[in-house]
Amino acid sequence: MILKDYFKTNGPLMGWILLGLTFFWIVMLIVLPQLYMFELSFHPHLPPPEMGGPNDYLTLENYKYLVFGAEGNPDGYNKVDLAVFVRTLTAAAFVTVVDLLLCYPIAYYLGQSTGGGFVRLLVLLLIIPYWINEILRAFAFKIIFGDSGVLNEFLMFFAIIDGPIDFIRANVALYAGLGYAYILLMIFPIYNVVESLDRNQIEAARDMGAPWWMIHKRIVIPYAKPGISSGCTMVFMLSAGALAAPQILGGPSSLWFTQLVYQWFNTGGNWPQAAAYAIVLLIACLIIVLGVMKLFKVNMGDIGK
Amino acid sequence: MSSGVDVDLKNLWIKFGDFVAVRDANVHINGGDFFSFLGGSGCGKTTILRAVSGFLDPAEGEILIGGNNMVGKGPNERPTALIFQNLALFPLMTVWENITFSLEVAGATKGERRKRADELLDMIALPDQGDKLPAQLSGGQKQRVAIARALCAEPDVLLLDEPLSALDLKLRHHMRAELREIQQRVGITFIYITHDQGEALTMSDNIAVMRTAVIDQIADGKSIYDDPSTSFVASFVGTNNLFRGKVTDISEGIATIDTNRTGTLRARVSTGATGKLGVGDDAMMFIRPEAFSIVKQKTETGTQIAATVQRSEFEGTSYNIYTEGGAGKEISVSVANRGDAHMYDSGTALNLVFDPHRAVVVPAGELASE
Repeated sequence: MILKDYFKTNGPLMGWILLGLTFFWIVMLIVLPQLYMFELSFHPHLPPPEMGGPNDYLTLENYKYLVFGAEGNPDGYNKVDLAVFVRTLTAAAFVTVVDLLLCYPIAYYLGQSTGGGFVRLLVLLLIIPYWINEILRAFAFKIIFGDSGVLNEFLMFFAIIDGPIDFIRANVALYAGLGYAYILLMIFPIYNVVESLDRNQIEAARDMGAPWWMIHKRIVIPYAKPGISSGCTMVFMLSAGALAAPQILGGPSSLWFTQLVYQWFNTGGNWPQAAAYAIVLLIACLIIVLGVMKLFKVNMGDIGK
Repeated sequence: MSSGVDVDLKNLWIKFGDFVAVRDANVHINGGDFFSFLGGSGCGKTTILRAVSGFLDPAEGEILIGGNNMVGKGPNERPTALIFQNLALFPLMTVWENITFSLEVAGATKGERRKRADELLDMIALPDQGDKLPAQLSGGQKQRVAIARALCAEPDVLLLDEPLSALDLKLRHHMRAELREIQQRVGITFIYITHDQGEALTMSDNIAVMRTAVIDQIADGKSIYDDPSTSFVASFVGTNNLFRGKVTDISEGIATIDTNRTGTLRARVSTGATGKLGVGDDAMMFIRPEAFSIVKQKTETGTQIAATVQRSEFEGTSYNIYTEGGAGKEISVSVANRGDAHMYDSGTALNLVFDPHRAVVVPAGELASE
């Protein structure tokens, strides 16, 4: 029925082309590679000629390694990797919360203002920095937050601090860099929803005496929930899966879980192990996102709004 | 419920930059009245309402509610409640939460709020609908919920911004009676904004008719209709036949007009225009289509027009007869559908007779554009 209407509006040729492209995009570029990775994660690390040979078998050892470490590990658990794993997820959650606190007021202002040149300028100012590639932006943050960086120089010049603060080691640079990297992904979904909120509702609430915080709590935030959840989901997923920013801005003692995955893929050359790590990260992120969505009573369908 | 309090607008000017939205408005609204501002779109009526509710401040003048000047006070500090054109119900709150939002703001417990909601739901005849969401209600029900929500805060003045405009015709007519009934029951002052003269005439104790930024006339519905002060009011409210001409004589309140195309006609000078017309002035004379009677014989001059029927149509309650009364002047006549009324063949010659007291003369001025 839906398909019939679909072909009616698009015509058979365009209909098949669109359908084919969507299929190609989803199945060939997303589902199949992930399935391949998933399957790979249950195999031992073998040189390519032996893959699928007599020495190949299905195993959980790659997953075991993440939890218990190499065999004969005296600690009993793979403390280093597990710590990185937990820290990555908490840091990503932290970045998400900070981004939300930062972006909600901006998105609200943009969405509720009656348009005009100033707002368009603001949006432009938000977008333009994203013409610069991610690596350069990360390095720019390194310059800002470095020992002799702009921020330290500024603080020392005004004698607010005596010596430079090691923002990099304290991970301030990393959090700032990650937070900044995904700011648009937080602002625009919220902006989109808030823009469609009827201003009369806010005025009606004001007319009934509601203070500003109550208007947000009872009217704006419930209405903006789909945008907020979609923004938070994207920022959390992308922060947890970021590689460039942690690589460049991360302190010397703080690894990001994606860096471990990267190491297994590249330096270690152990694809099954890397795949297992990546799958664990993906599933953990999904569980967290779905759990938080359930906690805040957000439906999957709302995210697409 | 509190009894109605007076609302007074004194020398009220409202400006947006250089644009004057309301020019020197002076209005007295009696406590407990149903008062309407009637005007076309962009005439400034909604602006006045927003100034009374506190969403914008006047450039000059005073807004007195119960004798207290409200200028400078926010919407939440005024004893007013506003019903928006689109109602602005909160879509994610249930009906009862919507209704008692003002109590929630005031910090009332859930039990208190629920109890009050049930009372108000009874009042608007929607018992047991409290747990629904606004989207699950019909247009008329939403309307009533919006009224209940506004009344929940027990305002002294209820402000209504064309709340019926989104409803279909039949429901709109029904809601007129219902609104009027609620207003009389709660006894508070209602200020109603509308572009629909039917609404204004049927519901209001008094009506202010607004031309662009200016109030032309404040009076009860019958006076607005029968005794318009200006050409704008005469042409805006109801249908009217307009005759332009010059005043040749005024005596005992009856003006004689030398019309451009229909000869000499006589009619009463509008009460609001008394003293503003002199011999030789340009004047406009208005005769309602229903003020004509059709006679065969000629009577005295000045109160009859010789006309030729162009076409007739039957509208149920009346016949509309479109005639030509000299030099292409179109005159419409409405004959109530009583036993002897009938259609007329085109080309039939008629004498249209009118009572000079049922026609009105005002100084020539602006007309309402259709």
